[in-house]
Amino acid sequence: MTKVFGSFVANDHIDLTIEPGEIHALLGENGAGKSTMMNVLYGLYDADGGEILIDGKPVKFSGPGDAVAAGIGMVHQHFMLVPVFTVAESVALGYEPTKSLGLLDLAEARKKVRDISSRFNFNIDPDALIEDLPVGAQQRVEIIKALSRDAEILILDEPTAVLTPQETDELISIMRQLKEQGTSIVFITHKLREVRAIADSITVIRRGKIVGEASPESTEAELASQMVGRNVSLTTEKDTADPGDATFKVRNLTVVDKTENVVVDDVSFDLHRGEILAVAGVQGNGQTELAETIIGLTEPRLGTITLDGKNLVGQSVKSRLGSGIGFVPEDRSTDGIIAEFAIRENMILDVYDRAPYAKGLNLKSAVITEAAKRKVDEFDIRLGSVFDPIATLSGGNQQKVVLSRELGRDLRLFIASQPTRGLDVGSIEFVHKRVIAERDAGTPCLIVSTELDEVYGLADRIAVMYSGRIVGIVGADTSREALGLMMAGVPAEEALAATAGHDDAATAGHDDAATAASETNSATTSAEETK
Amino acid sequence: MTAQILEEKSASQSKALAPIVWKFPITYSILALVSLIFFGILGRDGETTFRIATGGDFFAIPDVVVSSTVAGLVLSIILVIMAAAAIYFAIKRVTLAAWFPMVFGILFVVSFLAWAGGGSGGVIPLTTLLAGALALSVPLIFGAMCGLVGERSGIINIAIEGQLLAGAFLAAVVASVVKNPYAGLLAAPIAGALVAVVLTFFAVKYWVNQIIIGVVLNVLVVGLTSFLYSTVLTQNPELWNARQKLPNLPIPLLSDIPILGRVLFDQNILVYIMYVVVIALQIFVFRSKWGLRMRAVGEHPKAADTVGIKVNFTRVRNTLMAGAIAGLGGAFFTVGSGLAFGKEMSAGQGYIALAAMILGKWNPKGALLAALLFGFSKSLGNTLQSIGTPVANELLLMLPYIVTVLAVAGFVGRVRPPAAEGVPYVK
Repeated sequence: MTKVFGSFVANDHIDLTIEPGEIHALLGENGAGKSTMMNVLYGLYDADGGEILIDGKPVKFSGPGDAVAAGIGMVHQHFMLVPVFTVAESVALGYEPTKSLGLLDLAEARKKVRDISSRFNFNIDPDALIEDLPVGAQQRVEIIKALSRDAEILILDEPTAVLTPQETDELISIMRQLKEQGTSIVFITHKLREVRAIADSITVIRRGKIVGEASPESTEAELASQMVGRNVSLTTEKDTADPGDATFKVRNLTVVDKTENVVVDDVSFDLHRGEILAVAGVQGNGQTELAETIIGLTEPRLGTITLDGKNLVGQSVKSRLGSGIGFVPEDRSTDGIIAEFAIRENMILDVYDRAPYAKGLNLKSAVITEAAKRKVDEFDIRLGSVFDPIATLSGGNQQKVVLSRELGRDLRLFIASQPTRGLDVGSIEFVHKRVIAERDAGTPCLIVSTELDEVYGLADRIAVMYSGRIVGIVGADTSREALGLMMAGVPAEEALAATAGHDDAATAGHDDAATAASETNSATTSAEETK
Repeated sequence: MTAQILEEKSASQSKALAPIVWKFPITYSILALVSLIFFGILGRDGETTFRIATGGDFFAIPDVVVSSTVAGLVLSIILVIMAAAAIYFAIKRVTLAAWFPMVFGILFVVSFLAWAGGGSGGVIPLTTLLAGALALSVPLIFGAMCGLVGERSGIINIAIEGQLLAGAFLAAVVASVVKNPYAGLLAAPIAGALVAVVLTFFAVKYWVNQIIIGVVLNVLVVGLTSFLYSTVLTQNPELWNARQKLPNLPIPLLSDIPILGRVLFDQNILVYIMYVVVIALQIFVFRSKWGLRMRAVGEHPKAADTVGIKVNFTRVRNTLMAGAIAGLGGAFFTVGSGLAFGKEMSAGQGYIALAAMILGKWNPKGALLAALLFGFSKSLGNTLQSIGTPVANELLLMLPYIVTVLAVAGFVGRVRPPAAEGVPYVK
């Protein structure tokens, strides 16, 4: 199978065979072409070459409807659910049971949801609104949707990206149940731990090509090097922190969104100079809003934010930047850069109106170009010319431009939200090194991340957020399982007590061997639990 | 454990209360005071007659005669009490039910009418006022239904104005040529749908900004109909632009009910069609396969695509149907009212229909009520003009538009348009 976007070959002659009743993992980095391939399989894209065979017969899909009819179901990375619909309506959409005049038979739709939900213990109310459900439950609705159409092959695209470790375990047990009932599952991921816990066979994709098969018995390091194409270190080296004074303080911060939901709930913490505080938690538990409130994009309802003894609440974003805050936003492409602007312009978005870049009403073009070239060298940004639009760069290089801008001033506080989301392994290493260097220079750093690997790689202390609150602030040596429980809302002491028996191996902290051991530990535990 | 977390959460949330919303109590208070001072205390002596009966009623209801000052005072005191209640509930952060502003508004209007009718010994013809309100609402209601179906499927339709005008034009011409008003009724939806064809062609095929095409289409239809009016219609008005009126078809018994029966059930077929359209849409948008797919395409087109729904086809089909509805509404200007076609006779009603749709939160029922509100305010302006009041005529003509601005700005509050409206679906 081949799929080409313009001059970019997303899938280059891919061959893949899926046996009935097996869980087949498709492993590859972001942008390797996994999702593209599955979208072709599901009929959303037309293939530019190759063919799809089901039970030896060639099939041709002109749209997802055909794929569904052929017994293929897909759970997309971004859920395909209408937020204002009920569960029953979402499941019925496209395959509506009707009475006369085309009126919906909602009783039938509800019954279908209840049947499947009780068969797998999903515990889903057919009349709940999608937008009121937690992501884990929305994912189960997606699975119900696929099963209600008698899917024999289920494609799960990065299903664990939005789940807590406990929800991930639940999903893994659901996948095993499905497999027992004869459903084949294609499981797309870049997370090595999950692959080893669940997959029967593994195919590794790199840059649109299949680079090999792997067995679930391979070690994580082997899988990683196969995925990236070279040996990589899975953790970042850093010295122990040497924390100074607590110069950044947040007290009783409460933020309310437009619909009066409390999104940040009475949050208080201190951040010391020369330390990295990582905010862990499942996406959507208030981390984004916390970061945006500190920089001033949102005003809090209650509470104070003090930096170097000065209260920031009520000040404009510009004056906060002037106080020395560097901010890497979560969504790089919409908030971090202006896609049509040149690279050199993107580098001065925060200081365009100041010397040496501006004089009066004029921008000083030569100075800007000169500074941009310096930053390109310093941050190792791969580009054609600094005059090109930033949209021409890869994600990793775009993020380096953002970092070069935000770290380019003298900082008193550095905030980064999901700094490595969607980046390749090489860029992740680079970003982590720069953040640690900033810490070593004495800047207090606040890193928001939903990836536990990143949290462990960077943090000196870890704050876990759940439902807008900080559940607890714990040391970087806390076990993965304890963090997982905290991410589900269990208070720190209880989480630590509940997992005390398991985490002996992890207490040694974040050096390579121990982390790997703890990861193996949690993977096998979850496998045992599900048996 | 979970209970404990929840308890703590609610305890801490109570600290972060929403700021008190003062705009509603303040509005109520000002209106109540205006009523008390001007209509009550400084009220005009004399009596106001509310006339309910019209000629040929089943049984005649006597006129209601009240003293202008007394009525003003009594109603104003009720209004002041309601305003005080609104302040109390605002402090308690209780949201008021929807009937509250409605009752308040009706009482204020009655208080105003009692004042306006006083002095000159004026007669307020209630039935005529309401019948006028319905008549002025008909094109608005059709227009709002058109906008609603379009936007629910993801296409913003600013061209309602043009569709109404095109419907009015074609209805007049066809009815005149065939010499049958019902022929005009059949032609009007075609005109509206043709405007929608252009709209969807550019919006779906070429991803042109839908608001811009809508505005351009309005200008285009105004230009085209005005041109044809000046060149063809005025040359031979007997052939091309003769008046044709849809006859009234009173429904037996129902039309004999005083006030409402007269207003609602002694109408021409176009008004009855409107009742059916509104009721059918209210049911089918929310309870049918068609409605479910339409809403899916307007909220999350990609999700609809993944279950095999043809997004752009659904959008085009529904927007064309919506255009036909608006065209039908346009027929009310000409054959519905028994008038010949006149230049720009839709006079901005399409935009007011859009406001009614938003005020009605994209629900047929809500849009209906909002359109009736706008129709009533216009009818009120007309009635007051005819009985002669101290208020300047120019100000009365502005009434419906002031009501529109206040309603859309003040009372709409938190509305959620279909998430994908105006966004072309590109794979």
